[in-house]
Parts: sequence; structure tokens; C-alpha cells
Amino acid sequence: MRDAELSGKGLEAFLEKRILFTTLEKMVNWSRKSSLWPVSFGLACCAIEMMAMGASRFDVARFGAELFRASPRQADLMIVAGTVTQKMAPVLKRIYDQMPEPKWVIAMGACTISGGIFNNYSVLQGVDRILPVDVYVPGCPPTPEGLIYGIMKLQKKIEAEPLRRLWER
Amino acid sequence: MSNGLLAIEKIKERFGESTVVETKDAHNEITIVVSRDAILDVAGFLRDEPSLQYNFLSDICGVDWPGRTERFEVVYNLYSMKYGSRLRLKARLPEKDPALPSVTDVWPTANWHEREAFDLYGIEFTGHPDLRRILNPDDFEGFPYRKDFPIR
Repeated sequence: MRDAELSGKGLEAFLEKRILFTTLEKMVNWSRKSSLWPVSFGLACCAIEMMAMGASRFDVARFGAELFRASPRQADLMIVAGTVTQKMAPVLKRIYDQMPEPKWVIAMGACTISGGIFNNYSVLQGVDRILPVDVYVPGCPPTPEGLIYGIMKLQKKIEAEPLRRLWER
Repeated sequence: MSNGLLAIEKIKERFGESTVVETKDAHNEITIVVSRDAILDVAGFLRDEPSLQYNFLSDICGVDWPGRTERFEVVYNLYSMKYGSRLRLKARLPEKDPALPSVTDVWPTANWHEREAFDLYGIEFTGHPDLRRILNPDDFEGFPYRKDFPIR
């Protein structure tokens, strides 16, 4: 574009096509919800459905959450997929603590939510006893579509988060 | 004669009739119950005797029989690679003193199996090199596979 055109009406039309006004809050939340990186670990059969969700048939990449990270330090979403035993609980907590802020947790399946059918000495009766859960996805196991719906719900939640969370934590 | 029946005879011949508490033949599956003090000697004998050679320990199980005077049972499932025969060896233990010699020196794989039986039933294996819990957390209280352990 020549300099002569960058004035008056020409400039207005130029900027209209190229500049977007929004709030910082909206922009930050949009980028966060659009690139949820889950930490890659699974505890039981729910993890198989989680893997199916990540693979091509259900393709969670459409929602920006396909990048399962092998290190908790690069992840911001923990999908707790499966039975949490008492012995596994401290390990789980440690992985969560290693994740940088901001971070979110999805409790996937009956076992993770409440212990499920395993009401006994070895199983933690709900992962919300040790982690702050954002979204619960019920089922035994939930379908990949169900989990994707859970992720969409989490994205809605992230969109509505006030920006002060940036500084308060 | 099956190798299991041969094992009964050989044990009686080597250690005397009193060592064998009970035997059972259920559809050619042979079970031998021996006194617990003899378990280590019998185990070594079953492994080394050329006509038996039970050189593979498939599993060790604990059993809780509430109400029996000898409440606990330890079951050794043996297999002979050479003869392709299986044998079930048992020892019974009283509730007051649920202890018996470890067979880790005979079959090294017994190490973890015995830790499992200790973890879940509280059976003490004397002479075990590292007898601590294997499945439950280290600070777990009680022995969950005992029948009097609360379900929840």
C-alpha cells in the first residue's frame, strides 16, 4: 500500500480490517481456553476413553486440548481418569503441585468423582478430597464425547474467569 | 503314578509320616498339608529331589479360616518344569503366632509373594530378607484380607 492511501477514508478502511478491540481479560481467557494442555497420565479404564478422545476419531484437537504433555510443568489441565487408590493419592497430589498456575482439574468417571463401586479400604472416596475439581464428568467410563463435553464446559468456565486471578494467586 | 502322589510318598519316606498332616487328591490335583516347622525342609526337598524337581513357585496365597483352631493357611502352588506337574503345598498357622519360615532361599520369587501375604494377612515369614508391606501404603494399619477386617 502506498503512503498516499494511508490517510482519511483510506486509513479508516485499512484499520477496520486489521484492528480488533477487546478487553485484556477476554483475550487472556480466550487464549487459555483455546490451548488447554492436559498432563498425560491415566489411572484405569477411563484413561482408555481419554486416549480415544485424543485420537483421530473423536479428535479433541478441534478444541485445542490435544497436546498431552509428558511433563506436568508444561500442562495446565489435569484429567484424573480412573480409580485413585490411597497409595496413588500422594503421587497424584505431587503431579498436581508441579503444574504451573493457572491450572484446572477434570474428574473423569465414577471412581474419580466418588470412589464409584470401590467403597473400601484402598480407594480414595473422591479426588475432590485432595484436589480442587473444576468439572465432573460422570459415567463408568464416560464416553469420549462426554469428556469432550466436559472440556467444553471447562472452556466456558475459563471464559468467565475474572482476570484478577492473574495476580491473586 | 502321578508326580503329585509320588511327592506324598517321597516326603513321608524322607521326613516321616508325622510331617504330613493331610493329603487330598481332587481330580488329580494333589494337595499336601505339612507341619509348619517342616515347610522349609520340604520345600528344598521338593525342588532338589531328582524325581520331582518342583523348581518353579507359581504363587503363594494366604487363607483366613475364621473359627478354625489353626486360623491361617499358607498355600504354595508349585510347578515342575521338568515333569510338567503341579503340586499344592500347604501349611497351617495358629492365630496367636502366625509365623513360619521363609522359603526365599529355595525359590527367590517367594520374596514378593511372602511380602504380599504379610501385607494382606499379617503372616510373619521368619528369615525373610525384607519383610514389609508391598501393596498397601507403609503406614497402613491392619491386614485387609483378614475376614474380621471391616469392609468399609
